Amino acid sequence: MMERRLARERGMTLAEKLGAVSWTFVLLLGLIAGVGYAMLYSAAGLNPEPWAFRHGLRFGFGLLLMIGIAIVDIRIILRLAWPLYAVGIVLLVLVALHGQVGKGAQRWLDLGGFQLQPSELMKILLVIALARWFHRASLERVGNPLFLIPPLIAVLIPAGLVLRQPNLGNAVITLTLGGAVFFAAGVRWWKFVAVIAAAVVAAPIVYERLHDYQRQRILTFLDPESDPLGAGYHVIQSKIALGAGGMFGRGFGQGTQSQLNFLPEKQTDFIFTMLAEEWGFVGAAAVMGLMLVAMLYGLAIALACRHQFGRLVAAGITVNFALYVSVNIAMVMGMIPVGGVPLPLVSHGGSAMITVLIGFGVLMSVHVHRSVEIEGELAGG
Amino acid sequence: MRRERSRRAVFTRRILLVGAAKTAVMAALAARLYHLQVVEGERYRTLADENRISVRLIPPPRGRLLDRFGEPIAANRLNWRAMLVAERTDDVGATLATFARIVPLSEADRARIERDLRRRRRFVPVVVRDHLAWEEMARLEVNAPDLPGILTDVGQSRIYPGGEAFAHVVGYVAPPAEADLDGDPMLELPGIRVGRAGLERAHDRTLRGRAGSVRLEVNAVGRVIRELAREEGTPGQDITTSLDAGLQQFAAKRIAAESAAAIVLDARNGEVMAMVSSPSFDPSLFDSGVSAAQWREWTTNRRAPLINKAIAGLYAPGSTFKMVVALAALEARAVTPGERIFCAGLTELGDAKFHCWRRGGHGWLDLREAIKQSCDCYFYEVAKRTGIDRIAAMSNRFGLGVEPGIELPGARAGLVPTRAWKRATHGVAWQQGETLVHGIGQGFIQATPLQLAVMTARMVNGGRAIEPHLTRAVGGQIVRGAKPDDWPLIGVPEAHLRLMRDAMGGVVNERAGTAWASRLPPEVGAAMGGKTGTTQVRRITLAERERGLRRQQDLPYEWRHHALFVGFAPVENPVYVCAVIIEHGGGGSAAAAPVARDIMAETLLRDPARRDTTPAPSLRIAAAEQRER
Repeated sequence: MMERRLARERGMTLAEKLGAVSWTFVLLLGLIAGVGYAMLYSAAGLNPEPWAFRHGLRFGFGLLLMIGIAIVDIRIILRLAWPLYAVGIVLLVLVALHGQVGKGAQRWLDLGGFQLQPSELMKILLVIALARWFHRASLERVGNPLFLIPPLIAVLIPAGLVLRQPNLGNAVITLTLGGAVFFAAGVRWWKFVAVIAAAVVAAPIVYERLHDYQRQRILTFLDPESDPLGAGYHVIQSKIALGAGGMFGRGFGQGTQSQLNFLPEKQTDFIFTMLAEEWGFVGAAAVMGLMLVAMLYGLAIALACRHQFGRLVAAGITVNFALYVSVNIAMVMGMIPVGGVPLPLVSHGGSAMITVLIGFGVLMSVHVHRSVEIEGELAGG
Repeated sequence: MRRERSRRAVFTRRILLVGAAKTAVMAALAARLYHLQVVEGERYRTLADENRISVRLIPPPRGRLLDRFGEPIAANRLNWRAMLVAERTDDVGATLATFARIVPLSEADRARIERDLRRRRRFVPVVVRDHLAWEEMARLEVNAPDLPGILTDVGQSRIYPGGEAFAHVVGYVAPPAEADLDGDPMLELPGIRVGRAGLERAHDRTLRGRAGSVRLEVNAVGRVIRELAREEGTPGQDITTSLDAGLQQFAAKRIAAESAAAIVLDARNGEVMAMVSSPSFDPSLFDSGVSAAQWREWTTNRRAPLINKAIAGLYAPGSTFKMVVALAALEARAVTPGERIFCAGLTELGDAKFHCWRRGGHGWLDLREAIKQSCDCYFYEVAKRTGIDRIAAMSNRFGLGVEPGIELPGARAGLVPTRAWKRATHGVAWQQGETLVHGIGQGFIQATPLQLAVMTARMVNGGRAIEPHLTRAVGGQIVRGAKPDDWPLIGVPEAHLRLMRDAMGGVVNERAGTAWASRLPPEVGAAMGGKTGTTQVRRITLAERERGLRRQQDLPYEWRHHALFVGFAPVENPVYVCAVIIEHGGGGSAAAAPVARDIMAETLLRDPARRDTTPAPSLRIAAAEQRER
């Protein structure tokens, strides 16, 4: 017992680390990505070009990256938490200054042929930074409001930059993610209630300052039929496609709504709609089940971790993934405003896929290094 | 240790909460999904089907109009068109600018396109240019990627091989106006034309046919994925008219220099063999839209080229009316055929004086001579004896003052006055002097050339109340009215009618007749009967009469008399009747009778019953096409 613990402190060999990677989880991700491949294949009219093949390629590359990150010692990640956070902020500022304008927003940074959406990466870096802040704090310290001010600022800076792009959906996700880490760290319930209450009060003021297209989205969400060929078109067509799928779907490659292009952006944001149309409720619910399993698996990793840093990182990354999934699905069903949020691992799009897998790499690193001692941590059991 | 344990306990509790929350969210999403897909699935599935199936109409080819020998007088020609669908391009202006670099667009084209774009919904194609040449089509196809929203297709356009000669009878087609939209969805199609005048309008529904439809699977952009079902429409039916294209052209050419109208009827059944009005217009101009300048020219021209004078021109019948007066008098026993009446060149009634056209008078005349020489005093006396109401009743039996049964839109009923009519419209009593004036076909009375032809036909065909018509067959089915027995008798004794035929034969074929100079040439092999008519456009003043009547040629054009002639042939066994009016022609015998002679001669020469071979086609479609290019 003692020996094994010493061995852990000394460090693990590469083989040990690879063996410690949860291949079950990798398999799970592969399954989800496989669903994505199939849908993109169907979306292109049963053709691997132009989406499915590249999707597979990216997943393979992302998987390697993920495993590469998984074997990085969690303590290195801990040490680099703030510098990484600073890099993320710099990227966000860069994208605001020189970014590519697409669909009315500056979101992308062109890194020599590789496009990066810093706001995606930023969320993972934020989780790591917050975990770094909270990992040594006792519950008493967490209870001190002054102690919460620096991490709050750390959340508000990226959220504000993302909002300025402007990308309302992502900003809200960033805030929620930060809140989740605060919650996991043990911040008191009433503080959340107070913040939410403040947000409700501030909402009308924020609405005044929103871009027209953002207001339009909110208005359209409240009454999609009001503008059936404009902003509400996406949602109406998406709902029609979902409904047309029925219990068992129209069959692979047979979704008339998506195949006939009534459905916009079917290969990215609305891929779940296409999936639900072609595979029906049964297929869509099964995919949602897979997603849920992945989330719960992430939480299990968090629970099994022996150090607070790892626990918070794992919880944050899992919540990030869960937010993506639920926001995307809720969006295509017309439950929340359309916000350019892809379905992770399924939607077409390099930046999102890579970022999600980077996140899972960090999660896997937590899993591999769940038993390491982290100096300064309260001694674990 | 204890602190770490409590912290971990809090974390575990909260992570479990997070996990529960995630599960709950996913369950809620799944429930919503179930609601959308399964509970409301049926509704959305219907919407989805509507989404992907688009029904498009296929316009059928418009039926042709044929002459009595089957020669087309209105036909279709393939028309390559370029159309623009506004919703398929981001910038209509840019697309049109690119288009104009490839195929030139005139200002008029641009104005029309802009108007159409405003009027039609964004997904309805609007014609940019039609009648494209093959090379232009090829250039457009090659440049298709630079022309978003532009589609090319082949439609049909209307051609009129007979051109101006047929313009009034055949009419023309034009793009539908708001008023034409009668609920037929076909009328919303680009390039569709509706009959606007003449036979094109009268038979529009028959010629138009019924649109077929095709159910297409389309994507949201409207691109056709595949055809699901096709329902063939009914092509428009061909209509065989009673016109003789060759005769029509001959008649049109004969009166081309005048403001005039001429009609040839088959007296036995009322078929219109030729109906021309001059000046005419080019009916094909309406297909693509008439320029403002052209339209102004047509509508301000005092000779009214757009009016079909044969059915819509109203004229006093003048002396051509005298037979009707005579028949009314005979029926009323106001006069006998042999009774002689003296013409002194002047009839006095109270203080008023009524002049005969011959200053010295005709002396003693019986009925036949009075018609032959067209004596006015004789008919003043006969009309006075008969009374206007009897004359009016007889007129109506001969189709005067009654709307003719012809299928052409715009045929007018004219006017035959009665005592009751005068009281009702003018509020004063009828004057006997007016009866005298009406005895020679002047005064209130008005008739169209078509009515005069019908009058003559009923007089020479044994008293059958034929109605004029132009339709012989629809889609190959002969319509009723081709046989004389289809028409009722008007109830005038054959002896009276024979007398009229005889007298009218005398008008042309006897030296003292007013149309002696216009008898048919011997090579025709038949004689014509007829009656001249000259009607005053304005009253001749006493001063003018004192100075002596000036020759018509010396008067300003608008003051000259209208010249009329009604005729029939052959005299012994009448088959054809004709009516001719030359506006401001001067005199019936001098201006109208020679025209009638030439047209009647041509009619008889072309009569298949009198010849061994059918006539050669007189219209050449190829030639007409060449002219259009």
